[in-house]
Amino acid sequence: MSTTEDGYMDMDLLRFTTAGSVDDGKSTLIGRLMYDTKTIFEDQLEAIEKSSKQRGDENVNLALLTDGLRAEREQGITIDVAYRYFATPKRKFIIADTPGHIQYTRNMVTGASTANLAIILIDARKGVIEQTCRHSFIASLLRIEHVVLCINKMDLVDYSEERYNEIVKQFTDFASRLQIKEMTFIPISALNGDNVVNRSENMPWYGGSPLLYHLENVYIGTDANHVDARLPIQWVIRPHSEKYHDYRGYAGRVAGGVFKPGDEVTVLPSGFTSKIRSIDRFDEEVDEAFAPMSVAIRLEDEIDISRGDMIVKPNNQPESSQEVDAMICWFSSENSIQTRGKYIIRHTTKTAKAVVKSIQYKVDINTLHKIETDLNIGMNDIARVQLRTSEPLFYDSYSKNRITGSFVLIDEFTNKTVAAGMIR
Amino acid sequence: MSISYKIRHLDQLEAEAIFILRETAAQFERPVILFSGGKDSIVVARLAQKAFWPSRPPMPFMHVDTGHNFPETIEFRDQFISDIGGQLIVASVQDSIDKGRVAEEKGPNASRNALQTVTLLDGIEENRFDAAVGGARRDEEKARAKERFFSHRDEFGQWDPKNQRPELWNLFNARKLPGEHFRVFPLSNWTEMDVWQYIMREEISIPSIYFAHEREVIQRDGTFLAVTDFVSPREGETVEKRQVRFRTVGDATCTGAVESPADTLEKIIEEVASARQTERGGRSDDKRSESAMEDRKKEGYF
Repeated sequence: MSTTEDGYMDMDLLRFTTAGSVDDGKSTLIGRLMYDTKTIFEDQLEAIEKSSKQRGDENVNLALLTDGLRAEREQGITIDVAYRYFATPKRKFIIADTPGHIQYTRNMVTGASTANLAIILIDARKGVIEQTCRHSFIASLLRIEHVVLCINKMDLVDYSEERYNEIVKQFTDFASRLQIKEMTFIPISALNGDNVVNRSENMPWYGGSPLLYHLENVYIGTDANHVDARLPIQWVIRPHSEKYHDYRGYAGRVAGGVFKPGDEVTVLPSGFTSKIRSIDRFDEEVDEAFAPMSVAIRLEDEIDISRGDMIVKPNNQPESSQEVDAMICWFSSENSIQTRGKYIIRHTTKTAKAVVKSIQYKVDINTLHKIETDLNIGMNDIARVQLRTSEPLFYDSYSKNRITGSFVLIDEFTNKTVAAGMIR
Repeated sequence: MSISYKIRHLDQLEAEAIFILRETAAQFERPVILFSGGKDSIVVARLAQKAFWPSRPPMPFMHVDTGHNFPETIEFRDQFISDIGGQLIVASVQDSIDKGRVAEEKGPNASRNALQTVTLLDGIEENRFDAAVGGARRDEEKARAKERFFSHRDEFGQWDPKNQRPELWNLFNARKLPGEHFRVFPLSNWTEMDVWQYIMREEISIPSIYFAHEREVIQRDGTFLAVTDFVSPREGETVEKRQVRFRTVGDATCTGAVESPADTLEKIIEEVASARQTERGGRSDDKRSESAMEDRKKEGYF
């Protein structure tokens, strides 16, 4: 393969997250994907071979590859989201590897927030358990469009088709209450490599693709919003130089829709309208800009625009409101969310204050029941809340746009990020 | 949908990095870009040039200089920064030694690598920088795989990997208390290959030592070290001429060269694609223990 051909320079990018319970073999699966795609280097392999031996592990413990922190290796657990990278000639992959422990739900939410696809591992011996439901619910809540259920450790159930079908049915029953666009089931053995990169000879009854093939080919072309034009302004470029004396570029990353030179636009919150004079990417002008491109837009008219404002189209505007109805995931172990509690809210490039007007219910994420009797929202809890903000936010529902529909809450005193929110 | 809105992986990574750099300019008062003259910091500098064009990058560049440099890199550094109209600050480890802030390591494997941390933190404090932008990538090393884009440092410059702020969507929380600062890593999601491909696509110039050249080297601990003013052969080691190149550019005392015929970017990319060793495989500073990088990072290293 010639690496300098356009084919290689011109790859797709797929971001996925992995979730599973303790000992589901998640790290082994990632290790296997990286090992079989030759992403693991000799010195890395040597290092983990040495460590495995020292720990008395029977095989080379591929999990040691992903567990980067000393505390993780000592306790044999994954503490924090780790990002991993591998590429095939078809695609480049970014893995957000999130720990499966109950107390780390926030990590999965974090990993899921930027993912196109989620892999959820199920231990074939245990079937669908509480944690599987939890992980699928989060994937659904975060609107991950593609979910792959890897039924792992098939070698320990004699590669039984019957057992596989049982689990598929268990999961399908549960998932009927969720909103997942596309579900794919793959029976695998991460330890032995069955159906990971290569088709398994042990499961001739399985007619689908191995995992890697699926990851390389799943269609993600329509995942971003290309309908509702939104450009949150990040920074205003004003060179103050002789050559570019009058240059004013409104810089930002397109959050939705398509912008073209000549398009009529409205600026929020002022409501002024103008036309796009040019779309600049460094020293070249481009014909169009869409998510997730970073550009600078120049307008025909001089309008006062600053960070936190948003450029949209006159006939397609987001909600502009100080009232926000959202699902939140609470992250803080130090305190719980309080009615009338005040926080800093970050939404697109805007920062404002927010007060919690009401907490409507908490979700039991194992049963999906709404709990209205206990509204004490602690770490890892998911709840529906109503907020009022100090100034209007320009937002869409999260189901329509993951960028303009999401926010975080920050504690004013500790500066910690205490919640992630998805606007309904 | 009639048209497909596809964006290539390099364009996606570029858009993400530019977004991070603009957030840095917007959310901090006194950010600085750490510039070593190595390929990753060159790419960061290039991205900063793009992010704010036609303005100059609204932040200065700082080189933490161990004094153990390859002369080619220093020449390159000065030229590159002046070409993009940047302002260069040099924080020198030698100064830290002279001032008695640090003591030179002793022994056969002595290196100034660890001393850089003190110089870096002093440089940040003296200039009252509140964010230091670096070219570190998560694929480099397993402790770095846990890094955030916006990575919080306490008033001692320390990193607490078990207690990091979650980063969701593209919302970054840069709030901090007085005395604290952030490290910002726009290339977090880039791999070594992405960096090389980008350098080729953008036709970015890089120091000559990345390309294959003849050089006097000695073999030590499984890697080739260049014979320089700071590295001389020990008993039993022989100086030989080899065709080598460097995969990373760091302190000359601990950055190993690899034997390679790759004298063009195309050949380097081919070599990277078929490499069986990580690029830091030649860095003896990482080999000191399994958590060498984590330990240094906690103290405030890059």
